[in-house]
Amino acid sequence: MTTASLRIRAGLVSIVLLVAFLGVWHLAVRSTAPVATMSAEYAKLMGLTATQGKSAMPGPLDVGAKLWEHVRRPFYDNGPNDKGLGIQLGYSIARVGTGYLLAVLVAIPLGFLIGMSPLLSQALDPFIQVLKPISPLAWMPLALYTIKDSSISAIFVIFICSIWPMLLNTVFGVASVRKEWINVARTLEVGTIRRAFTVILPAAAPTILTGMRISIGIAWLVIVAAEMLVGGTGIGYFVWNEWNNLSITNVIIAILLIGVVGMLLDQILARFTRMVTFPE
Amino acid sequence: MTEKFISIEAIAKRYPGADGATTAVFENLWLSMARGEFCCVIGHSGCGKTTVLNILAGLDAPSEGAVIVDGQAISGTSLDRAVIFQSHALLPWRTVLGNVAYAVSSKWRSWDRAKVKAHAQTFIDLVGLTGSEHKRPSELSGGMKQRVGIARALSITPKMMLMDEPFSALDALTRGTLQDEVRRICLETGQTAFMITHDVDEAIYLADKIFLMTNGPGAVLAEVVVNPLPRDRGRTDLHRHPLYYALRNHIVDFLVTRSKTFAAETPAHDPRNVPVVHIGKPGLTVASSGDEQRQTWIPGTSPGLTA
Repeated sequence: MTTASLRIRAGLVSIVLLVAFLGVWHLAVRSTAPVATMSAEYAKLMGLTATQGKSAMPGPLDVGAKLWEHVRRPFYDNGPNDKGLGIQLGYSIARVGTGYLLAVLVAIPLGFLIGMSPLLSQALDPFIQVLKPISPLAWMPLALYTIKDSSISAIFVIFICSIWPMLLNTVFGVASVRKEWINVARTLEVGTIRRAFTVILPAAAPTILTGMRISIGIAWLVIVAAEMLVGGTGIGYFVWNEWNNLSITNVIIAILLIGVVGMLLDQILARFTRMVTFPE
Repeated sequence: MTEKFISIEAIAKRYPGADGATTAVFENLWLSMARGEFCCVIGHSGCGKTTVLNILAGLDAPSEGAVIVDGQAISGTSLDRAVIFQSHALLPWRTVLGNVAYAVSSKWRSWDRAKVKAHAQTFIDLVGLTGSEHKRPSELSGGMKQRVGIARALSITPKMMLMDEPFSALDALTRGTLQDEVRRICLETGQTAFMITHDVDEAIYLADKIFLMTNGPGAVLAEVVVNPLPRDRGRTDLHRHPLYYALRNHIVDFLVTRSKTFAAETPAHDPRNVPVVHIGKPGLTVASSGDEQRQTWIPGTSPGLTA
């Protein structure tokens, strides 16, 4: 009862804040600046800012109208520099998905090994500590030179940035499985492989999934920057291309969509995390 | 009763201390148990009780010495020796049935799902948890969790049960009920049981033999007290038995004073021939853990005794 009413009240406050934000935005970009008197010839050379006092920053209504256009035709393809937003987002999600899945395939088994072996754990620790803080984009030139393919380089950058949180969380999760659970398996003469799957994996799963959730967030942050560098396709390239076209409207739409997709990816991982979390 | 089903022979456990020296929790510890016997160990914290239990379970290895169970030296853990953990140690992501079935399928790997389930169900019924099979440990009370732990230990039909203060985290009422259950089950199935406890009354109610350990480091097994109470003792009239208070006072005295002073007062203590104490039965002689025949009695506890 109380929680339901709290949810309704919070929702109302959210709507009020959104309306207020849109209102302020709308008012802020209205044509209020003084209009300079100029000859008709000169006015043609100047933008709307000079002739009508209109801000170059679009208002919420302009963005809404443009967004509706994009939503109606998400998958059009008019050549390399004019593709639908659905296609651009699809490229980005595919790159993130590929790099991320490769990272999962490497990080989780490797994390298991490191977590179960104190020797490996200590031996590999200095490497991990040095590699972890490197900005993933710093790898880009090296990737471009060795891989010689910009699209695969972007995937590599996603791989290298999403591997660390997963690896460290898997190591931590595996190493900190409660001793008594391990002892239960030992007294039941459960073999190493079966123990790994029936005790360590379920016990460490919430920690591993938390690492995976952090990773997907970072991967989605990095893909925008990576695509700005490699160009061609993707939502990051779209943002940079629209900036070159001076279409602030499209840039704002892209920002909005990046946020929405990022949230969806996070929610998917959050749901998986809830599935493997056990109450104690 | 002289058959040694379990024989702990000259085990020691040492840990490396500071400045390269080693600290011995205990040295040259000898202890034996007969088949079907219920033994309790009493001693203060830090005397190495849990270490002895872990060595018996195979979870820990002694620095020296050996443990022989049923004629064979043990190496590592075994499905023959089930452990009931103090903290119940249930796997929280499995249901009650899942936890017991995990043990069952570990012992009989070729069994199909239905057979494992039926076998696990038998033991869930035995500990009185029928109807809670599909609950998760987090939905159970402390007493119910420990019942699952008992069911899991029993389900693999072990040769012996090792219990590390299994009821210490429970309230008095639940503890009493579970003690009754464990006693009933052990008597019915003829289990050999080794239990660590801090609770003198628990030891008196459950044990056939009570091992008294002195304070560590350098702890020794000081005495083996044979419980004089009849095997069919009941919880309610336990304290009316003529030897109850003598037994209880003897153990409490040991814990309060003698556990500290024992080493100084008994320089000739032979760890291989630990005195077997019979409360109020001075005439009876029973072999100690060694070959030598020794006897000890507690003066003033038996009406017929004269100094």
